[in-house]
Parts: sequence; C-alpha cells; structure tokens
Amino acid sequence: MTDATVSLPRPVPQGGSLFTLDGRVKRRNAAEARFRAYGMTAIVLALMALVWLLYSIFAAGLPAFQQTFVTMPVMLDPAVLDKNGNRDPADLAKVTTVGYSKVLAASFVAAAEAAGVDTGDLKPKDIAGLLSEESAATLRTQVLADPALIGQTIEFTALAGGRIDGYYKGRVTMASAKVDSNVKPEQLVLADALKAKGMLVQSFNAGFLTMPDASDKRPEAAGLGVAIVGSFYMMIVVLVLSLPIGVAASIYLEEFAPKNRLTDIIEVNIANLAAVPSIVFGILGLAVFINFGGLPQSAPIVGGLVLTLITLPRIIIPTRAALNAVPPSIRDAALGVGASKLQSVFHQVLPLAMPGILTGTIIGLAQALGETAPLLLIGMVAFVRDFPGALPGGLFDPAAALPVQIYNWTQRGDPGFVERASGAIIVLLGFLLIMNAVAIFLRRKFERRW
Amino acid sequence: MNTAKLTVSALAMAAAASAADARDQIQIAGSSTVLPYATIVAEAFGENFDFPTPVVEGGGSGAGRKKMCEGVGENTIDIANSSSRIKQSDIDTCNANGVTEIIEVRIGYDGIVFASDVNGPEFAFTPADWYNALAAEVVKDGALVANPNRTWADVNAALPAQDILAFIPGTKHGTREVFDVKVLEEGCKASGAEEALVAAKGEEDGKKACLALRTDGLSVDIDGDYTETLARIAANANAVGVFGLSFYQNNTDKLRVATMGGVVPSVETIASGDYPVSRPLYFYVKKAHLGVIPGLQEYIDFFVSDDMAGPDGPLADYGLVSDPELAATQAAVAAGTAMGPLE
Repeated sequence: MTDATVSLPRPVPQGGSLFTLDGRVKRRNAAEARFRAYGMTAIVLALMALVWLLYSIFAAGLPAFQQTFVTMPVMLDPAVLDKNGNRDPADLAKVTTVGYSKVLAASFVAAAEAAGVDTGDLKPKDIAGLLSEESAATLRTQVLADPALIGQTIEFTALAGGRIDGYYKGRVTMASAKVDSNVKPEQLVLADALKAKGMLVQSFNAGFLTMPDASDKRPEAAGLGVAIVGSFYMMIVVLVLSLPIGVAASIYLEEFAPKNRLTDIIEVNIANLAAVPSIVFGILGLAVFINFGGLPQSAPIVGGLVLTLITLPRIIIPTRAALNAVPPSIRDAALGVGASKLQSVFHQVLPLAMPGILTGTIIGLAQALGETAPLLLIGMVAFVRDFPGALPGGLFDPAAALPVQIYNWTQRGDPGFVERASGAIIVLLGFLLIMNAVAIFLRRKFERRW
Repeated sequence: MNTAKLTVSALAMAAAASAADARDQIQIAGSSTVLPYATIVAEAFGENFDFPTPVVEGGGSGAGRKKMCEGVGENTIDIANSSSRIKQSDIDTCNANGVTEIIEVRIGYDGIVFASDVNGPEFAFTPADWYNALAAEVVKDGALVANPNRTWADVNAALPAQDILAFIPGTKHGTREVFDVKVLEEGCKASGAEEALVAAKGEEDGKKACLALRTDGLSVDIDGDYTETLARIAANANAVGVFGLSFYQNNTDKLRVATMGGVVPSVETIASGDYPVSRPLYFYVKKAHLGVIPGLQEYIDFFVSDDMAGPDGPLADYGLVSDPELAATQAAVAAGTAMGPLE
C-alpha cells in the first residue's frame, strides 16, 4: 500500500481556489444541471400523461353515475294484464313485455296530459319512446311478484331512454337530434317540458352498480352488477387457493428445502412464471380446465383457477422475501428453547412475516382483478344477464368480470356505452385503489424493522 | 392445515352441487355482427320466458362455428352465430366430432354502408369508383398502371375533390368478404380492369389481382370493430369508412351515408335487393342439444318469430333487414329440419 502511494505522481494542483469556477468545474456543474432537468422533464411528462388519462376517464365516465328517470302514476289495467281476471300466475306470465309497454305508454301519455304538458304533434309511440324499453320489463317483474297490484294505480319510476338521458349529459343536442334517426327534436322539447313539471328528474344511478348488462337497444339500463359479483367470486377462488398454496410453497422453499440443483431450478422457474404473459394462462385454462376438465364456460370457477395460476408466483415471491427478512436470531432462539423446526416456523417466523405476506397477497389480488387477457379465452367476454347463484354453486354459473365488461362495452354500437365503459373503469380503479390502500395501511401498521 | 381442509371440502361441495344440476342456460358464440341482435333476443327471451337468459359471446363467425363443431355435450356451445354461410370444412370438422345434424337459420340481411363525417360533402359511389380508388393497379388510358389516383375527383369527376382515405374492415372480418365480392370484384369488372388483369396475368391470378389493394396508406384496414372506424373518422374528417347498416343507424348524428349505384342504403332498399352490398346473417343450432338444454327450441322459435325478426320487430328497429322468406324459416325451425349438404 505504502509503496503504491509513493510510486504515484503527486497530483499537480490545477491552480486557483475551489471557490472560483474554472472550465472543468463548470462542465461538471452543467452536466449535473442537465441531468436534473432530464429528471424533471421525465416526471412532468409522466404526470401530464396521468392527469390527461384521469381527466379523459373521469370526464367521460362520471355521467354514468347520473341517470334520468321519469316518475308517473301507472294504472295497471286488468283488461290488458289479466284478461281472465283470475290472477292465475300461469296466465299472468303469458302477458309479455309488449303488453306491459302498452300499459306503460298509455299511463305515460295520460300523466303528461294530466300534468298539462303540451305534447305537440308527437304520436303516442314517440311519446312512449322517451321511456327505456327496460321499464316494461321492470314493471312486469314487479307485477308478477305481487299480482294484487293489478287494477291499482301505482307510482312507478321508469328509466328514460338512452338518447333522452344523453340530452341531459350533453351527448345529444338539438342539432344532432335533427340528423339522428333514433330521436326527434320534438321529443327533447317534450322532455324539457316534463322536466319543468318535475316528472323527469336526474338522480344518482344506483342501478349502474347493481343492474346486469343490457342489450344494445337499452344502454341506459346497463349496469355492472353481474360483473362485480363475477369478479368477487373469482377473487374468492383466487384467495382461497393461492394464499394457502403460495404460503405453503414459500415456507417449504425458504425454511425446509435443501439447497440443491433442483430447488434452484424451481426458484428460477417461479421467477419466470411471474413474467409469463397472462394470455398464455388463458390458453392453458381453456385446454386444461374446460376442454380436459369439463368445467363450464364463462364460469367464475374457471376464471378463478386461471387467475390463481397467474397470482401464485406473485404471492410466492413477496412471501419468500418476507420470510427471509425475519432475522435468523429469532429462529435460533426458538430452536434454543427447545422448539421443533415446525414450531419455530409457525409460532415465530410466520407471524412476524405476516404483514409482508398480506401485502403481497392483496397486491397480487389487485393485479388479478384487473387481468383481462386470460378471461377472453375462457368465455368470460359474454353477454350475461342472470346473476350467478349463491356460493359455492354460483361459481359454476356464467358470470362476467369487471375488466371484460369494460372491453365488452367499448365494442357496442350505441354511443351511450362509451360513458358506461368509462364509468366501469372508474369503478375498477376505485376497487384497485381501495385494495392498494389496504395493503399500504397493513404494511405501515404492522411492519417491523430489525 | 384447517384452511387447506376447508378449501378441499368447499371445492368438493361446489363440484357436487354443479354435478347435480345440468347446464340450464343456452350458450351462444360467434359473429360480432350478429351479436347485438342475439343479445336483444336473449334479453327479451329472459324477460318473457321462464328460462334463464342465454349467454351470448362474440369472437367472430369462424371462431363461433369452430367452437360449435368441437363436439356434443354440456361444455360445448349450442348455437353459433355467423355472418357468412357455414363452410364445407366446418361441416367436416363437425362430422368428425360427432356433430352430425345442424339446423341452419337465416335470420335476415345486413347491409354494408359507406359513410363519411356528417359535416363533409355528399358522396355517390359506384363499385367501379371504389375499385379505382383502392386497387393496387387500375386501367388508365387503356393500360394497366399502379394506382395514380389521389383524390375522389381523380377517380370520377362527379365526386368531390377530397383526398382518398378509406377505412375498410380487416381481412378477419366477415364484412370484408362481402366488400371484396360485392364491391371490389364488381368494380374490377365494371372498370374493365378485370379484363386487362386476366390478359396480363392469366385467368386465376388476374381475378385474384382484383382484390389487391394499394399499399401507400390511402386504404387502411381496420382490425377492430366499427367503433374504431368511427373514432378514426372523427379524427380524420376526410375519410370514408365501411360500416354495418345497424351501426350507421345508431350513429346517424355523426355519419353521412353515401349512395351506392344511386341507391340509398336502408332497410327497404336492402330487403328489395336494390342496394347491392348486403349479405344474409345466420345462426347454426346443434340439433343434438334440442331437448337437452332447456329452452333451446323455445329460444330459436322466439328468435325467428314475427315479434322479433319480423319487419316491425325490435331487430328490424336496430337495423336488421327482415327476410322476406321468414315464414319458411319459422316452419323449418319449428320442425327442426337439419340442413342438407351445401350446394
């Protein structure tokens, strides 16, 4: 060491003081300033992209949480709804939604006249066109559930049609209505008159979260109900399967497995598995669970199993890291007072690693919740209107999922679905935000540093 | 340990529950053009019958037929929607997998329309205009040349002097097939290019060359759906796009439709056969599933009933052109007549 220092030539002083800037110092300072500027630019660009994304989603999606409703008294005419007059459920069921929409239309025209609204030259069919086709179905369900209503006049709240709703959200204007074959400007005038009388109101759209999907003819009735239930069922399957399997695998690999070639290969493969594109798991799910295993299409159980495969490595990796972070002294102390290896792991190490494991699991679940590609292949991108049954049998009923519902809606022809799709994105983002917040909370609250 | 036991028992219970009751809802997959009609019928079916609402998937005509031909049994679909007729290769696959009897149901016709931004000029096209605008090689002054046309006025002096930019469906779409046959091939013949191409390249290659499009970016294949074409037109007011009639009817406030051969596309002109660019829509039912899957017969009867597929039904409302021979279809569906070999 000393020889080396002696043999080095003494640095020649560059002259001048440290406080006066010569060319080299200036260049170094300039390089630093440039680097800072690059960093700032990158962050500003990223922030702008985020703001723009959030703005476009919220601007397009927030209207989905508002909906236009029409409230009116409806006279449930026994002459139409129960011709035999015997209130026999079998006979009542024979009256289709066509019959109910006639009842609804007649009541609506009468109610508009009673309120003193000038309907102009509009035909009764056009007046009834202000109402969603969904309302006839709602009314029918209500009457079939309680046949005693027939003959009475009930207060009924109907959804307004998609174009009328769009008018109050700025999607439809008088000018666009002139060239739109689905709505007439006179209908918009009538809607305004009804609004002035308080028959037509805008209010919070709870149905967006509770109602099932609807066909292209009634975007105003489309909701996320089935998709939320489907996603929830899939998350249950993922949690029930991947948490125990993932934690057990991690404990074995971290605490018990011998360090040899085989475990090395397994470790590398788990890391690789986490990087496999998710669509690959979809193909696997189709081949193994549906074609070979004979499980039904579009069912949350299959989606859950496929997502479990995707989530497993995402749980195993943070769990192993959490176990690894528990200091060896804890294990040694446990073994030192006579605990078995198993006892030391389950009584000491695992509880200490739990916050890390939970965080990893929740983040893994959040990623699984947003996963779309694998679900495309197992029939989840479908029009599903019936809610799946109760657990556990409901796992085998067809259901949708949140991300595929978004994908589904972006492909629909009616402009009303653009707003629905963005609204669904907001709901999905909300769920993800909550899950991540819980993960951060747990980590902050229980994390321990040694 | 307890968690593991719980998991196993829960799964076993669930499996037992599902094994006990068979699939009770109809499953349908296929053409994204037929999808909106199928969802409208499925929705009305679920509302008015005591059966669950059928589950309808998209995915494309070919994919739907392939899925239907995977075999017979509860984990295969019951109905394939298709915007083109079933192919012999599909029937062969079906037969090989035990799907021997298929009921073919023609639900009506779909028109393909050419539309541009609602604020742009009016267009009156002929198939020859489209051929001369989009083909790789056109006839100019009696000779075959690489397509030199830059504006619609170059193609046909009667058209507006607007730059050519066309958004046409990508090759995986059923719509593209109709566009090829009814527009490009017709236009190729009408403009005299077919004769010249056949003379230059021989019978087969010449006819194939009719479908070769220019690759200089003026003709853009859209692999997504009509919503993507609409978004592209919103961004490029100069462009002309290809849409299904029903999609156009739901977006008349944004699109201006062009005439083809002097005929305005509408439900009436397509039903009468005056509008040249249209195609039949089908669905195919696996006969072995009739009587096994509850409600299947009722669903297909309901689909072709006058209440649904008739000229005043909700499907016609949405843009389906009702089939003049619907009564024959209704009878065939009610009798469960399986389709014969393709002609």
